[in-house]
Amino acid sequence: MSLDLPSSGCRSTPVLKERGQREVFCGLTGIIWLHRKMQDAFFLVVGSRTCAHLLQAAAGVMIFAEPRFGTAILEEKDLAGLADANAELDREVGRLLARRPDIRQLFLVGSCPSEVIKLDLARAAERLNGQHAPHVRVYNYSGSGIETTFTQGEDACLEAMVPTLTTSTARELLIVGAMPDVVEDQCLALLAAMGIGPVRMLPAHRAGELPGVGPQTVFALVQPFLGETHAALQRRGARHLPAPFPFGEEGTTAWLRAIADEFGVPAHLFDAVTAAPRARAQKAVAAQAAELRGKSVFFFPDSQLEIPLARFLVRECGMTAIEVGTPYLHDAIVGPDLDLLPAGPVISEGQDVDKQLDRQRAAAPDLTVCGLGLANPLEAQGFTTKWAIELVFTPVHFYEQAGDLAGLFSRPLRRKAALRQEAIA
Amino acid sequence: MKLTLWTYEGPPHVGAMRVATGMTGLHYVLHAPQGDTYADLLFTMIERRNHRPPVTFTTFQARDLGGDTANLFKASARDAYDRFQPQAMIVGASCTAELIQDDPGGLAEALDLPIPVIPLELPSYQRKENFGADETFFQIVKALAKPMPRTDAVTCNLLGATGLGFRHRDDVTEVTRLLALMGITVNVAAPLGSSPADIARMGQAHFNVLLYPETGETAARHLERACGQPYTKTVPIGVGATREFLREVSGLTGLPATVDESGLRAPWWSASVDSTYLTGKRVFIFGDATHVMAAARIAHAEVGFEVVGMGCFNREFARPLRAAAKGYGLEALITDDYLEVEEEIARLQPELILGTQMERHIGKRLGIPCAVISSPVHVQDFPARYSPQMGFEGANVIFDTWIHPLVMGLEEHLLTMFREDFEFHDEAGPSHHGAKAMARTEADDDLSVLPMADWPPEWTDERDADPRDYPAGPQSGSIPVVMPSGAVVWMPDAERELKKIPFFVRGKARRNTEKYAADRGVQQITVDTLYEAKAHYAR
Repeated sequence: MSLDLPSSGCRSTPVLKERGQREVFCGLTGIIWLHRKMQDAFFLVVGSRTCAHLLQAAAGVMIFAEPRFGTAILEEKDLAGLADANAELDREVGRLLARRPDIRQLFLVGSCPSEVIKLDLARAAERLNGQHAPHVRVYNYSGSGIETTFTQGEDACLEAMVPTLTTSTARELLIVGAMPDVVEDQCLALLAAMGIGPVRMLPAHRAGELPGVGPQTVFALVQPFLGETHAALQRRGARHLPAPFPFGEEGTTAWLRAIADEFGVPAHLFDAVTAAPRARAQKAVAAQAAELRGKSVFFFPDSQLEIPLARFLVRECGMTAIEVGTPYLHDAIVGPDLDLLPAGPVISEGQDVDKQLDRQRAAAPDLTVCGLGLANPLEAQGFTTKWAIELVFTPVHFYEQAGDLAGLFSRPLRRKAALRQEAIA
Repeated sequence: MKLTLWTYEGPPHVGAMRVATGMTGLHYVLHAPQGDTYADLLFTMIERRNHRPPVTFTTFQARDLGGDTANLFKASARDAYDRFQPQAMIVGASCTAELIQDDPGGLAEALDLPIPVIPLELPSYQRKENFGADETFFQIVKALAKPMPRTDAVTCNLLGATGLGFRHRDDVTEVTRLLALMGITVNVAAPLGSSPADIARMGQAHFNVLLYPETGETAARHLERACGQPYTKTVPIGVGATREFLREVSGLTGLPATVDESGLRAPWWSASVDSTYLTGKRVFIFGDATHVMAAARIAHAEVGFEVVGMGCFNREFARPLRAAAKGYGLEALITDDYLEVEEEIARLQPELILGTQMERHIGKRLGIPCAVISSPVHVQDFPARYSPQMGFEGANVIFDTWIHPLVMGLEEHLLTMFREDFEFHDEAGPSHHGAKAMARTEADDDLSVLPMADWPPEWTDERDADPRDYPAGPQSGSIPVVMPSGAVVWMPDAERELKKIPFFVRGKARRNTEKYAADRGVQQITVDTLYEAKAHYAR
């Protein structure tokens, strides 16, 4: 694949902005993968039984494995007076930290109820920080549905950490966004082979490994949903390296190239490091792409991964995009992907789910990428679907996962073709 | 505030969704922030529904909070009516919308829609899912069902089955069949499978069958008052309860209790000699009160277990459950905190747990077999095959389900007889668990060849679920292991003898022996103490 821009990309395509019922998760869901990445962090949601129920539904069996998150459920008496709520919170946090002395970072996560009653969790975090420092650092961010959609919870979490990072004057590369460890290791190995280092990560595995940041810092995003973190890092003087997101062979190469160019890596070294994994990724994608080529795809908004994924499916797997929905479109971040995505699809931001379902039905796509609330109902109508949440939990970035990523989309189509229930008459 | 990880029940608006999703021709407009649509996937994934739940969420966001959330609600309600053309609508607020104090009832009334619009008041910070379902069903019935002339033939309504109910689908079928044999047809089964038009004709039934008190009792009481319909008090789970239920129906209708027990196999299965080994097996039961009370009766009277503990998570039914527990000489555990349940199970060391999805995981952690008898449940407990809990087929299903995780008689016999053989050693586990077979190592056979320092982990057999801190370091065979508490200690010989007892009774043997020793002020348990205790407790 060439990196030449298509005759016209989607950067200037007018965006269909919609408001209405949104069939999406709230930002609390981000806790499910964030807590696994940050091994000494605990995420304490201050919310309602609904919040606890959502985490339970989203966490599946993980809830039984002593995860490092929980919900302080607001009760009737907490709503009566705010002073009381703060005392209650302090008590619950005290009990929690006494029971889990391994916790070094505590996130107070705001929810819709805590925000509507204007419980000041920022001040609570400050107060608790005073009580539990230096052993535990207490942060606060909002994962509420009124503020955040699904993956934006990670953005809000990382944004909250940025102002507290130490100041660094070193010229360092910072990679931002939680990735599965296996992917992170591959990414670091590729960069190390090009002589780029030290590379710092946000989030880090442990509080002690948190990066410093300063005017010499350059940062690359591995996830497209990090708009606020992007802004917060820029406020600290760090500079963003815009690039397509590292999905597929082409995306990964472009992402690495942006960094390699910044650090003056010679072309021959770049080629030497990437040639073998590129070939592997192309081969792995090609095997899956055979089933995807010529098929149409429709994305409902979910994670903000939709535009980079559509770019991958269209350019590397030969699919046609009909509509690419995203909860939010951050032009400075997904611009490079929009440039590469050939004009044609409707780009939509936000959602009015019933209207979008009407459009989906009219377009009759071969594959529909959507949430679990829509997937089975659409399957029952004869559509083939790929549920989107898996794309956030499964390792999909970089070269070695490119074939798996294509496989996530080809499998539903292959299954549809394989199932045959013979009719009697 | 209360720190929570696992919740047995969702918030009350999820209960309302269970009613709405169980019905047809009804639409729920729920004032709720973005994100609350997560609850849709409980229905589309766990219950595998092929339609979206008939629920419109207003999904307001922060920018809407400036005062136009009321208009957002009105627009959503009107759009939902135009698009779905329901026969009736229910409207209400989720926990966050309850705080912003828009009045969904009043707002919907102002729209003047040409259908009944039923407002719901569900206090999210006090009550939970089952209350939400019960209250919603009651409000719908109160709004739509009116006194009517009775049908000529004897008919009844089935009350309480909902979306996302544990085996509700097949229970309705099974009870419908039971009643048909007595010549009774079902007028309306609701909420599951009914429409608002059906609810409106509930008054013509002669009586009501209350399948699930948790989700139907308030409606049943209302219909008793408003339409003069008596309702059944016995939930037909178990052979005895089913027969009692049929007698109760016979009493209400004057019809003879015609039964067809030709397909009922559970009593013979339970009487057959292979089941003898089930006698006195110690069982702990937890779940919603209705299923727990029914399960205790079956366990005690129909399978011959010893019920050693019972409890429920739904406080609304604490009183009847306490009374039922008293009947077995037990104090009921009423809690929605799974850690308390886990503690109680660890303390009691039952041989079988009957519970919810959570108890299944507690059982897994403690190495105790478990069968699921109540919501909340996971996707595998919404099976494709016919699997009622109620009626005679329900009794068959229950027998198979509960016994499956236990070691059956013949197998238990083999394990005891041949436990020195490599196939039948303790760690091999029951053959039908799917657990990986573990070959016995030579070292296990002769404990005396093991270095002393290797003993403690051997002793803390996971199946004993009796984790104890053993002092580290080398020990000689003649020096007793000192318990951290300084209480009763096991001499190595006795500990070795204990190891020879089959794992599935070892926990009980250990506990009984320690109690025996403690009661007599014996501080060191020898092989003799072990056998004295065995003789003492022998039945």
